[in-house]
Amino acid sequence: MTTQAIGHTHGLAQVPLLEPGEPKQTKKDFTSDQEVRWCPGCGDYAVLATMQGFLPELGLKRENIVFISGIGCSSRFPYYMNTYGVHSIHGRAPAIATGLAVSRPDLSIWVITGDGDALSIGGNHLIHALRRNVNLKILLFNNRIYGLTKGQYSPTSEVGKVTKSTPLGSVDTPFNPVSLALGAEASFVARTLDSDRKHLSEVLRRAAEHRGTALVEIYQNCPIFNDGAFAVLKDPEQAPMRLLRLTDGEPITAGTDAEESVVVRTDAGSLEVVPRAEADPSRIIRHDPHATDPSQQFAIARLDGPSMAHVPVGIFRDVARPTYDDLVRAQVDDAVSSGGGTPTDDDIAALLAGPDTWTVSDRGAVGEHQTARA
Amino acid sequence: MSGKQVKQLDRVVIRFAGDSGDGMQLTGARFTSDTALLGNDLSTLPNFPAEIRAPQGTLPGVSSFQLHFADHDVLTPGDAPDVLVAMNPAALKANLRDLPRGATVIVDTDEFSKRNLAKVGYAANPLEDGSLESFHVHALGLTSITVAALVDLDLTRKEKERAKNMFALGLLSWMYHRPTDGTESFLHAKFGRSPELLAANLTALHAGWNYGETTEDFAVSYEVAPAPMPSGLYRNITGNTALAYGLVVGARRAGRPLVLGSYPITPASDVLHTLSGLKRFGVTTMQCEDEIAGVGAALGASFGGAVGVTTTSGPGVALKSETIGLAVSLELPLVVCDIQRGGPSTGLPTKTEQSDLLQAMFGRNGEAPVAVVAPCSPADNFTMALEAVRIATTYRTPVLLLSDGYLANGSEPWRIPALADLPEMHVQLATEPNTITGDGVPAFQPYLRDPQTLARPWAVPGTPDLEHRIGGIEKADGTGNISYDPDNHDRMVHLRQAKIDGIAASIGDLEVDDPTGDADVLVLGWGSTYGPITAAVRAVRARGGTVARAHLRHLNPFPANTEKVLRGYRTVLVPEMNLGQLGLLLRAKFLVDVTGYNQVRGLPFSTSELIEAISTAIAASQPAATDSVAPVAPEQEAS
Repeated sequence: MTTQAIGHTHGLAQVPLLEPGEPKQTKKDFTSDQEVRWCPGCGDYAVLATMQGFLPELGLKRENIVFISGIGCSSRFPYYMNTYGVHSIHGRAPAIATGLAVSRPDLSIWVITGDGDALSIGGNHLIHALRRNVNLKILLFNNRIYGLTKGQYSPTSEVGKVTKSTPLGSVDTPFNPVSLALGAEASFVARTLDSDRKHLSEVLRRAAEHRGTALVEIYQNCPIFNDGAFAVLKDPEQAPMRLLRLTDGEPITAGTDAEESVVVRTDAGSLEVVPRAEADPSRIIRHDPHATDPSQQFAIARLDGPSMAHVPVGIFRDVARPTYDDLVRAQVDDAVSSGGGTPTDDDIAALLAGPDTWTVSDRGAVGEHQTARA
Repeated sequence: MSGKQVKQLDRVVIRFAGDSGDGMQLTGARFTSDTALLGNDLSTLPNFPAEIRAPQGTLPGVSSFQLHFADHDVLTPGDAPDVLVAMNPAALKANLRDLPRGATVIVDTDEFSKRNLAKVGYAANPLEDGSLESFHVHALGLTSITVAALVDLDLTRKEKERAKNMFALGLLSWMYHRPTDGTESFLHAKFGRSPELLAANLTALHAGWNYGETTEDFAVSYEVAPAPMPSGLYRNITGNTALAYGLVVGARRAGRPLVLGSYPITPASDVLHTLSGLKRFGVTTMQCEDEIAGVGAALGASFGGAVGVTTTSGPGVALKSETIGLAVSLELPLVVCDIQRGGPSTGLPTKTEQSDLLQAMFGRNGEAPVAVVAPCSPADNFTMALEAVRIATTYRTPVLLLSDGYLANGSEPWRIPALADLPEMHVQLATEPNTITGDGVPAFQPYLRDPQTLARPWAVPGTPDLEHRIGGIEKADGTGNISYDPDNHDRMVHLRQAKIDGIAASIGDLEVDDPTGDADVLVLGWGSTYGPITAAVRAVRARGGTVARAHLRHLNPFPANTEKVLRGYRTVLVPEMNLGQLGLLLRAKFLVDVTGYNQVRGLPFSTSELIEAISTAIAASQPAATDSVAPVAPEQEAS
């Protein structure tokens, strides 16, 4: 890849496609023979089914797809995908995936993580993957609770959360994963819901097309330890009033024609949600995920609060920026080609010798010194 | 040479000492290179503070570089310097106690101001109060002479003063008949873009040489003849450079790309630096966000078919432990280089120690065996890095390579091997299904093992029909599917252990150096103690003592004959720069008693203390006292 092309190509540009004539893939091709062992009613089932149903659309060779996860309920995901996969250790999936992505541009790599895995124990790896812009798709299953350890509060739990480890309520302020990602220089950030297959599929498609790190926050219900955490966003009556749908180039709205809200810029420059009828048309903003300046995207990310009165969903940010893995490979490729191509044994011998050598002859005497002037 | 007297010496130990900012490491390294080119055998010991620029002129800020060169085989950097170059009072005070009577001391009188003397607690000027009477002192205004020599250059006084290390190098080069053309080339490369600085350094170098040549103060110069060495092409090399080159050549022999994930840490950073400069050889390096990410990236690359390597020191290994455990479970190649330093915790970042052996062996949760190898000299890092890559790729296992600060920064002449002479590695990736299911369909089982090595197949993403999932949860033998079955877990734990134990079949026997064949005492070392132990054993033999010697470079598994060797001696003396970690392993594994000789001063053993320890062990192993070796005063026994 030329340096100029870096950051402006398709996310899957180097991943081999099915040959013409190869049978079209189906959901079944991506379903492993392992029994799925999430709790009945877990939101993870819906995401798994959506992923298995969506991947055939990409038409990639199945053997070039890899899922890498950390630890947590959602991190069992790779076992159920009939692709290559690694179920790694708590919080470290982005680091492991980075090593794989840098060395293998021919792979489509998906990181599966949760709110505890990504934002607590693995927070460091997440922010560095985002700032580096490694070509990874990170799916952050956010159920706002620790499920696998049986119900402790997480870094996305609301303040005052009563759990086994916080009997008097949690006291720490949660992360908003979207604004965290935007602050960490992410090039692609989206939010979607486990139960909205169509929206989730569309977000996955856009994430796959993006070259660089894509962070997709998926609101996901834990029916055992935090049931109904996002119920108001799924209730057929309330959801339309609360979900602010982000559409490229369009005003950001919620509600029905009769009772529509819209996002406007206030005198102070901040954003707020007002009834459409009361909105000054000149103050209605249009969403631009491709804007390099993330200020407005960040302001949108801050529109939701603990009450979830309004929650933006969709693609917050989608900008082209050179990826770490492309740049690392380009440096190596340039060095190899400018050094005369694939190194030969003579090149290795010259490396080992370095600039200063001397020869000892059979008689044990020192022979000629060779000092190369750099 | 102007009719001055020239004396022949068989060996010399020189120590350059100054402030951290005085360029002593550079001066020492240049003198070393020029000495190597003359064909002397040599060994070096850089010794510097962890602070980059400790307060100027203070004792904590003293940085030194010791070089031992000779007309014969050199094994250590030398116990005591014959020559001390002290650039300031702090350098004099910090190093004086190591000097034997009659040693030569060269000092920069310009730095011996009242203020500088007071800084290090000198009430009187040691150059004037007679306290240096037992030494041969050359007191000269090194700084002022250097500045005077550079009078015509358009540089600030401070910039001119900085060239004083080159003046000192020039003077020492004259004293010991070292060529300066290597240093001149080096200066051209370093300062090629700033002609004034280049001129300053070259002029100072020549001024130093001429000062020795012309002044009365230096009446004698010395020659040290080349050492006889096996024929071949030689270079001087540090341990960290040799390690980096060994990794490059190892991956090349294995036919896989080299990918390094690392995080800066003393004394390992130079391996990261060196490999980062080798992109031309297809090497990929990543400076990651932390130690955990470094090893994670390496393991991810290994999953993709590369030789994944991470380089660190003890505190970094602690952070990487969980990922190394994952690699044990995933059974993927991984090379973890631990350049040990003084511990615990931050410990002594720039000083050497061998106290990570047990961490390497056992520092993980669960039964998580890994292979452990340890180079015994700076250049041996090359050989053992190749060995680490061989074991990792052949057995699909993490390998811990234990170097240390002394090996990392120390240097020695290295006979450059011909690539054709290096060991072959036969690394095969899985390309097709390896079993057939009950209904006759070809299938791939990621944990179906090679019966010889017990290694599992290395099937990398991109290989059709071999899609599989692996993880840190216990896997069913063969299929690799999640399994909580009690018998399966028991079997897998034993299989992983058996695989590591089985590596012994691919390594050579422990070689014993026992020329007379009737020694009672065996001195057994590992890692960087090779030099001092071998030098001490030679000295004991020269004094009529009988002693055997062996050195372990494979710590897990041990060579197959290790127990037999241990049982062949009445006393096994194990010198270690820790409180007895190898001793603990030997006793536990073989039920053989060993005698430890232990020291944790952040410095390599001196030959003289090991001579005493060996002599004591010989005397103790012979119930009837003999007079075959010199007696040792009890208070001189350590540990």
